[in-house]
Amino acid sequence: MAQPSEFQVVNHSVPRADGVAKVTGSAVYTSDMVMDHMAWAKVLRSPYAHARIVSIDAREAARQPGVIGVLCGDDLQDIRPYYGHAVKDHPLLAIGKVRFLGEPVVAVIAEDESSAQEALEHISVEYEELKPLLDVDAALAPNAAAIHERDDYVQGNFRGFDDQSVAIQGNVCQSVHVEWGDVDQAFSTAAHIVEGEFYFPMVYAYAMEPYVAIADYDAKGKLTVHTSAQHPFMVRQDLADVFELPLNSVRVIVPYVGGGYGSKSYTKIEPLVAACSRKIGRPVKLQLSVEEAFLTTRGDDARVRIRTAADADGRIVAKQATIHLNTGAYAENSPMVARKAANRIVGPYLIPNVRIDCIAVYTNTVPASSYRGLGAAQITFPSESQMDELAEKVGLRPVQFRLQNIARRRESINPQARPIDADVASDVCQAAEILRIDAPLPEGHGRSVCCSASDAGAHPVTLAMVQVYGDGSVSVLSGSTEIGQGSHTVLAQIAAEEFGVLFENVRVIGSDTGITLFERSTGASRTTTLMGRAVLEACREAIAQCKVMAAELWGMPVEDLEEERGGIRRGNQRLSWAEVLEKYFDMQGASIVGRAYLRRAGDLKEIPVFWEIGCVGLEIALDKETGKISLDTLVTIGDVGLAIHPAMTESQDIGAATMGAGVGLFEELIYDGQQLMNGSMLEYRIPRFSDMARNIHLRLAQNRDGVGPYGAKGGGEGSVNPVGACLANALYQIAGVRIRRLPLTPERVWKALQDARRR
Amino acid sequence: MKLAFELNGKPVSLDIEARETLGETLRARCRLTGVKISCEAQVCGACTVLVNGLPVSACTYLAYEARDKRVTTIEGLAGESGALHPLQQAFLDNFAFQCGFCTPGMILAAKALLDENPHPTHEEILTYMDGNLCRCTGYLAIVKSIQQVAAASAK
Repeated sequence: MAQPSEFQVVNHSVPRADGVAKVTGSAVYTSDMVMDHMAWAKVLRSPYAHARIVSIDAREAARQPGVIGVLCGDDLQDIRPYYGHAVKDHPLLAIGKVRFLGEPVVAVIAEDESSAQEALEHISVEYEELKPLLDVDAALAPNAAAIHERDDYVQGNFRGFDDQSVAIQGNVCQSVHVEWGDVDQAFSTAAHIVEGEFYFPMVYAYAMEPYVAIADYDAKGKLTVHTSAQHPFMVRQDLADVFELPLNSVRVIVPYVGGGYGSKSYTKIEPLVAACSRKIGRPVKLQLSVEEAFLTTRGDDARVRIRTAADADGRIVAKQATIHLNTGAYAENSPMVARKAANRIVGPYLIPNVRIDCIAVYTNTVPASSYRGLGAAQITFPSESQMDELAEKVGLRPVQFRLQNIARRRESINPQARPIDADVASDVCQAAEILRIDAPLPEGHGRSVCCSASDAGAHPVTLAMVQVYGDGSVSVLSGSTEIGQGSHTVLAQIAAEEFGVLFENVRVIGSDTGITLFERSTGASRTTTLMGRAVLEACREAIAQCKVMAAELWGMPVEDLEEERGGIRRGNQRLSWAEVLEKYFDMQGASIVGRAYLRRAGDLKEIPVFWEIGCVGLEIALDKETGKISLDTLVTIGDVGLAIHPAMTESQDIGAATMGAGVGLFEELIYDGQQLMNGSMLEYRIPRFSDMARNIHLRLAQNRDGVGPYGAKGGGEGSVNPVGACLANALYQIAGVRIRRLPLTPERVWKALQDARRR
Repeated sequence: MKLAFELNGKPVSLDIEARETLGETLRARCRLTGVKISCEAQVCGACTVLVNGLPVSACTYLAYEARDKRVTTIEGLAGESGALHPLQQAFLDNFAFQCGFCTPGMILAAKALLDENPHPTHEEILTYMDGNLCRCTGYLAIVKSIQQVAAASAK
């Protein structure tokens, strides 16, 4: 698949910058770190989903050996204890009431972890139970109590989209409305209509490194936090707000991160750990277990009522959907999930009449937030299932029906958004071809190709610096977190390409809010597109400075310099950029800084900054006796503009598709009443080696059509989204049963097969 | 209590608590943080170390059980000169990791597989490795890495 490239470093699968550290065990994650004089915190959690806290008695715990301090909600009166980038609704310890089973109520700080753990047993908390509202219907019932009794929560700093209102009404955390055209008219005259209700389950991302943070709040009011977080600048803002500190007094450092997948977006335990450190005047570490991580963040489950209409020729004329997200006890990033789900349910199709309502609802369950795909997995399952249902009614094959309705490049699928910057039809054709969609099927096999279009990249504010040294080495200072996606490799490739130096001579430093410039977030597939472009522009700015220096050295106008990759030439005299610096300063060790400040302007004004296309083909095999589905063939098309690092790009596609298959086949958090029943890895089943598809085809579409460096655009989320619908559609092809609820467990499939047989 | 064992080829003697897991001993007392702790329930394989050449989950294996035995962690896999083990090199060559949290356990489990069965079939690789979870890669590149090392040793 390797093609000749015009590039020296980018578009090549160079060795990972973090590779040797990760295969030798020397890569340091936050969970590996200890500090001098460090104490440990442990958290007592609520045994009830919804209750008033009558009293807390922690005196006995405070007297236990090794215990240094105890912190509960009442101790937070000298700070602003509610945080949240969207809505400041989340107390760092429960204040007055608890809103989900597992909510932190008391923190104990001790000399070692086990002393802190043991002291928890000496705390007595008296609760007055309230009726728990455990699902969307209960929370929206006319007489339902308000989970959040206050209506004066403060808007967070980074709600992230244009409609800024804090929309808490009753238990509605956020409602979003998207509309164009005349939906009612279109449905009343449509030739074909399909309608149904779908459910996408509660899921857990399982980042293998659970949440962990070390905070050091020193006597001078300087706060330093090491944390396993995706968005250090968001965490910094929340910490600055909670403790009323200037931004330069809060330093958030992110070492290697053991997985994220959205679950480490935004602030989690950092304010609590900082409060513990402030309390005792020493560094404090809080390491959650995986079982506690299950009780910290999950993905929103979604109930989607959706209908789609087509005309007699098979053109989609209207789509209408009502999406209810079960957002759990706190908003976290669910207002954004709601916005994105509403936008993304349209898919990559031209639909003239659209009306979508998405309502994120507070319930007394674990808070939901970002999960890979950000709302798209939840709604691609219903929308792409329904594409197959509608194709059948219209009398077209599913791929043909999709191709007939997919927006072509530069067409607009949403009147308020950037036109489509991809050739989605070509992606779908390619997937269908590789999957041999029309070839005869073996007994018990079915095939499906599904696609998605996500308004990705989030809000473009991305700042970067490069430091160029006189010895030919370069540092890139990046606020994008290396969460395994390979940003430290990709950004170094871009700098090496621009400066004409070896990849090995570039080092990426970050993320550290005390050193690196602001980057809004590491998510929404934005890093290559936005940080990559910022690094490219910063390199070119540094080169422009070098040219001015060279012009002075050679006594000639800048315009007359002959630039070539890596330096300049005059006749047969050549100077590399490093040599220019050495000659200019006439001293070793001097370095210059190039910088770039991207904001929502110029060609980044139009949102989204790019459309992230998901395109997956699946062939499955069904065991009709047991209902077990296995994956025969997986095809992913990574439509990434240009793959700065092809091997890592493909690796993200298969990783994303595998997460999609997990939800599609067996992942689901299950509540029995107030209690999360499968909140451990003993009971929560994720994909294993033996679940892999037997045949795997990873392809890249490289049309250089993105706004990122060299025409690149983001990837890594798209391949999650279509998998659930692929599975359901292929199952329908095999057995004629349409299941509108994930995961497609053997039990669920077997029952559906039995029901179909009886009919 | 006293614990003596061989750690990455060198004898060690430590004072430990009776209830301590091998994972706690290696990470906290020996500062070998390549031993990763995740599920703490013998499900994920991130904490895999080799005891007398066989893979165990250090998260639940009592340190005391390792007395007088040979323990190998990821830190002990590269040669004296720092030369990478062929599996480490193969994981690099095939980009068989992203976040890297599962990688030490994954490499050690793969080493145990190849020590026991130098030329496993595809099916044997899947079966043996099924107790090591990776959330990033979808496993394909890990299988390729193991196959690469197996193929090289056949020559």
